[in-house]
Amino acid sequence: MIDWSPLWLSLRLAAFTMAILLLLGIPLAWWLAYNRARWKAAVEAVISLPMVLPPSVLGFYLLLAFSPAGSFGRLLDQWFDLRLVFTFPGLVLASVIYSLPFMINPLLAGFRSLPPDLHEASRTLGKSDWTTLFHVLLPNMRASLITGAVLSFAHTIGEFGVVMMIGGSIPGQTRVASVAIYDEVQSTHYRLANHYALVLLALSFTILLLVYLINHRYNKPKSML
Amino acid sequence: MTENPTTPAPTLIFRTTKMLHTASGHQLLDVGFQLKQGSILALYGPSGAGKTTILRILAGLTDTATGYIRVGEDIWLDTSHHINLPARHRPIGFVFQDFALFPHLTVRGQLEFALPKKTDRLIVDELLSMMELEELQHRKPAILSGGQQQRVALARAIARRPRLLLLDEPLSALDDEMRYRLQDFILKAHRSFQLTTILVSHYLPEIFRLSDEVIVLENGQVRRQDTAANIFLEEKISSKFRVTGEIIDIQPADIVCIVSVLSGNNIVKVVATAAEAAALHIGQKVVVASKAFNPIILPL
Repeated sequence: MIDWSPLWLSLRLAAFTMAILLLLGIPLAWWLAYNRARWKAAVEAVISLPMVLPPSVLGFYLLLAFSPAGSFGRLLDQWFDLRLVFTFPGLVLASVIYSLPFMINPLLAGFRSLPPDLHEASRTLGKSDWTTLFHVLLPNMRASLITGAVLSFAHTIGEFGVVMMIGGSIPGQTRVASVAIYDEVQSTHYRLANHYALVLLALSFTILLLVYLINHRYNKPKSML
Repeated sequence: MTENPTTPAPTLIFRTTKMLHTASGHQLLDVGFQLKQGSILALYGPSGAGKTTILRILAGLTDTATGYIRVGEDIWLDTSHHINLPARHRPIGFVFQDFALFPHLTVRGQLEFALPKKTDRLIVDELLSMMELEELQHRKPAILSGGQQQRVALARAIARRPRLLLLDEPLSALDDEMRYRLQDFILKAHRSFQLTTILVSHYLPEIFRLSDEVIVLENGQVRRQDTAANIFLEEKISSKFRVTGEIIDIQPADIVCIVSVLSGNNIVKVVATAAEAAALHIGQKVVVASKAFNPIILPL
């Protein structure tokens, strides 16, 4: 009998990550799209780092940072009673960092594809930046919002290296589907590994199909990244 | 500033200096003018002269090096005292050249969005009816024609009851017949809402029809401020017959050429020698003038 808890854990992790990234990504992408600060390029580079770094490198440094033996980890432990290594909150935080570019880049493309005078028209109608963002800009880039949300969700489901480094494989805690597949293969349970793998394959395909269908529907094909 | 108490204060006082970076290089915009309440001012001049920049500075969308804007008793901009009212706090209506309608809102939605909070929504119905948009009120901008979009943009700009209406070449995307109708809408709105209006235009019939005053901008400076008739119809002084227009056709006929000149909605045909015609080309702006002659007046 297949144990569904790793898949359930993967979905939960992806949902948390996506929700946090939406809250974080919208203001960040907005700032990046309209700010002219010179050091903006550095921020963009840092955000995109997870796309080029081996996940193990990111996981390794996060492990060092979160470890209670390190100063940051000790601070969290002592002041907030929060342990991020080998825990679910640690996985969420690592996933947020790891999937950030998959939320930011579609949103940035969305903001940049909007005609600049929409923003100006809203200002001349007496509206605040906040009203403009929520009532003018975001409603006109729904495809980008959905693309960013779905891609960061899918990318979190598909992560392995970071999760392995920072979470290990504690059943029900940090043993997500991708890690479970690795474990089952290690113990030569190929049938079980195949079950997990098939579910992930089907899920990933469905999610990507959804993104493309949405983009076609809005008739504004946007690059994925 | 000291005011002379015997003359009424003008509604709008505007002064600015700003470096313009245009395709033809850098140029200093150094402009000042005053405008009476309730009048319509046209800004006229070659492209790159700074017409749109002036509108944007008035709206607070573009920053200036130095500047001063007073509307009635309110100071919107005074760089010497570090006053710069943000765009959203200036009571203006701005009609953008390409309308800048919100793609996700219906016609009625655009107007309702423009209303300040807790204001009477009656003005929405009033504007929809005035601009003849009632039947289109539930449509989105993408399926409207250019003329309809223009009316929506105008209605949206007026919905919040601005003191100053700014129009950036509002009719440039429309054909002649549509322009004429929309000029009516602009005049109607200007009068019923007692606006002070500034429009950028390079189209003389429009300027004559709409404006009380014209400012001619050249090289970033005000060259003249006067009525359209005084600026463009010099024959008033020299009592010549004179029409300005654009050449739309040059046809050879025997040894001469017939040059057709479009002026407003009228076509004037003029005979020119082959040598004269050689110096002309279609699309050229010309003056057709005649000195000593007896004009014939016929009732229409």
